[in-house]
Amino acid sequence: MSKFKKGKQGDLPAISTASLPDIVFMLLFFFMVATVMRDSTLMIENNLPSADQVEKLKKDRTTYIYAGKPSTQYKHLGEEPRIQFNDAFIGVEDVRSSVLQAQADMVEELKSKIVIGLKVDKNTHAGLVSDIKQELRKANTLKVMYIANAKAEE
Amino acid sequence: MAKRSAPEVNAGSMADIAFLLLIFFLVTTTIEKDKGLLRSLPPIDDTQTEPPQIKQKNLFTVLINRNNQLLVEDEQMELKDLRQAAIEFLDNGGGTNHAGKSCDYCQGKRLDDSSDHPDKAIISMKHDRETSYEQYMDVQNELVAAYNFLREREAKRLYKQYYPNADKVFTAMLEEKEKNQFSKDEVLNERIEEIKKLFPMKLSEAEPDKN
Repeated sequence: MSKFKKGKQGDLPAISTASLPDIVFMLLFFFMVATVMRDSTLMIENNLPSADQVEKLKKDRTTYIYAGKPSTQYKHLGEEPRIQFNDAFIGVEDVRSSVLQAQADMVEELKSKIVIGLKVDKNTHAGLVSDIKQELRKANTLKVMYIANAKAEE
Repeated sequence: MAKRSAPEVNAGSMADIAFLLLIFFLVTTTIEKDKGLLRSLPPIDDTQTEPPQIKQKNLFTVLINRNNQLLVEDEQMELKDLRQAAIEFLDNGGGTNHAGKSCDYCQGKRLDDSSDHPDKAIISMKHDRETSYEQYMDVQNELVAAYNFLREREAKRLYKQYYPNADKVFTAMLEEKEKNQFSKDEVLNERIEEIKKLFPMKLSEAEPDKN
């Protein structure tokens, strides 16, 4: 009788899932961008010491130097602690040129603010570290961060 | 024959594929933040000028031997006592600084045979080549902790009113500076510098002897 039929009442319309892929893709891109694949595989043992007076490190201006005993794969190199820079073992005398190279590759405005992150195994003897520091002084890159695991302050 | 229209590709599984990728990246992501002790090395000094004379009482010597034992001011010491000893040394305030001012904020014992003024107090550290890096870091950590303790105390005394809820005022100030790194807050920076000036970090490291 009535001309205007009332619409289907009570029947809830299904929620459209068409935008679900978009949402997921958005998340995906975020994580793809945020993911940092480890750029250098460690060839040495690297158990960091712990400290409670730590500060945060600014990643954009940091160059890492690793040091420690060669890991099991590189046993043939002996037991003596070695220095690793990027993907290769280097001697103490190469530290300076490597660091200067890394500094030259940096963004212009950060070059003077370069920080050297020392990731040194806790069982290394401190003499090696002071050798590295001496080379860094020669390279005039004087900001050093001794990287450590943060432990809760007692 | 009638042309058949191409069937529409079913995009329903797109979400599943994207989810799969998403979960992969979620699992592999490690937003790691490295932390550590930031120190500045002294520049190489080629000039042949005579090093300034430092009175023995303004020098706090820490030696670490190859067996990781500590010798502090010619006495053997355990690592756990080092922080307190360093604090007492820095905070002594027994005399005057270069400007002739005495340390009016020091709360130490004002002994005659300990440091004159935080401006003059120098901690000198020397280690053996065979000292383990772990011990070296522990000692560094304790010494930095001594400075941080004193700076924290001064920050609390001077600026507590701006951070009534903060447990550690100096840490709160540094955190705020970190947050505002794109909009420089001159007042805050000045305050931080002020506190650093009260207890300037004078930590010198001697090269280990070659043997």
